[in-house]
Amino acid sequence: MKSEIHIDSLEHYKLPRRQVLALGGAAFVTMAILGLTSSRSEASPLKTKERLAQLTHDAELQKGRVAITLPALTQDGARTRLKVEVDSPMSEDDYLKALHVLAERNTVPNVATYYFSPLSGKAEITTRIRVAKSQTIIVAAEMSDGSFYLAKARCNVARGAGGCG
Amino acid sequence: MKPQAPRIRMPSIAKLGDVIQIKTKIRHPMETGWRKDGEGKSVPRNRITRFVCTFQHQGQNHEVISADYDSGVSADPYLVFYSKVIGAGTYTFEWQADGGNVYSTSVPMSVAELPSS
Repeated sequence: MKSEIHIDSLEHYKLPRRQVLALGGAAFVTMAILGLTSSRSEASPLKTKERLAQLTHDAELQKGRVAITLPALTQDGARTRLKVEVDSPMSEDDYLKALHVLAERNTVPNVATYYFSPLSGKAEITTRIRVAKSQTIIVAAEMSDGSFYLAKARCNVARGAGGCG
Repeated sequence: MKPQAPRIRMPSIAKLGDVIQIKTKIRHPMETGWRKDGEGKSVPRNRITRFVCTFQHQGQNHEVISADYDSGVSADPYLVFYSKVIGAGTYTFEWQADGGNVYSTSVPMSVAELPSS
């Protein structure tokens, strides 16, 4: 965005090419520093909210139908057992389409997205996820009719996921 | 750590219409690319990014379940899911990793005869 402003200023004030390049370079360095510091810090619940809105196409998020089994306290966040069950008949015309799993305080909130089909038989998965620190895990279930159901579960971590940050 | 042969635990025979449980596990570090080794050098990213389970039945491929994995999936990805048995066929499990590596395995499924009465 910053570079666009500089292109405008080039047209309006006819700055010498070298100066414009220098300005552009300075803007790039500033952005790089900002980007570098923010990329290493944890994802904020706000960023997770944005990501969730992206995944759910800003649809209305309803309550219910999704049950999360997650330990309330874990010694090792790097391998946290997560079980998600969704109330769905899993028939040809009414089935769970996708499950989006987000961890709001991991370095990157995205954990995984699972895609189901009527052949999945049962709307349930069990897996192991990285929980970097004590936080809330968010699961959004996308049904075949386009509706979304949201569930959250709190997980406290005695020791974080290490490499996951 | 090299990826090991994937491990699958599931019944090899079931009745038509049954819902079976499938347990899958593969040995993989799921390296995020953010970690540093003992000498302070970055450990290159090496992740499984996608998992697909398909069922081959009468020459047709049906997708049972698939998943896009991001950084939040633990090392040695483990996944338990279910499948409805629609006939005899073969289940194929495929893990796609960074660098174009693909690990896969197949398990045949047969259908039990219905008791004659």
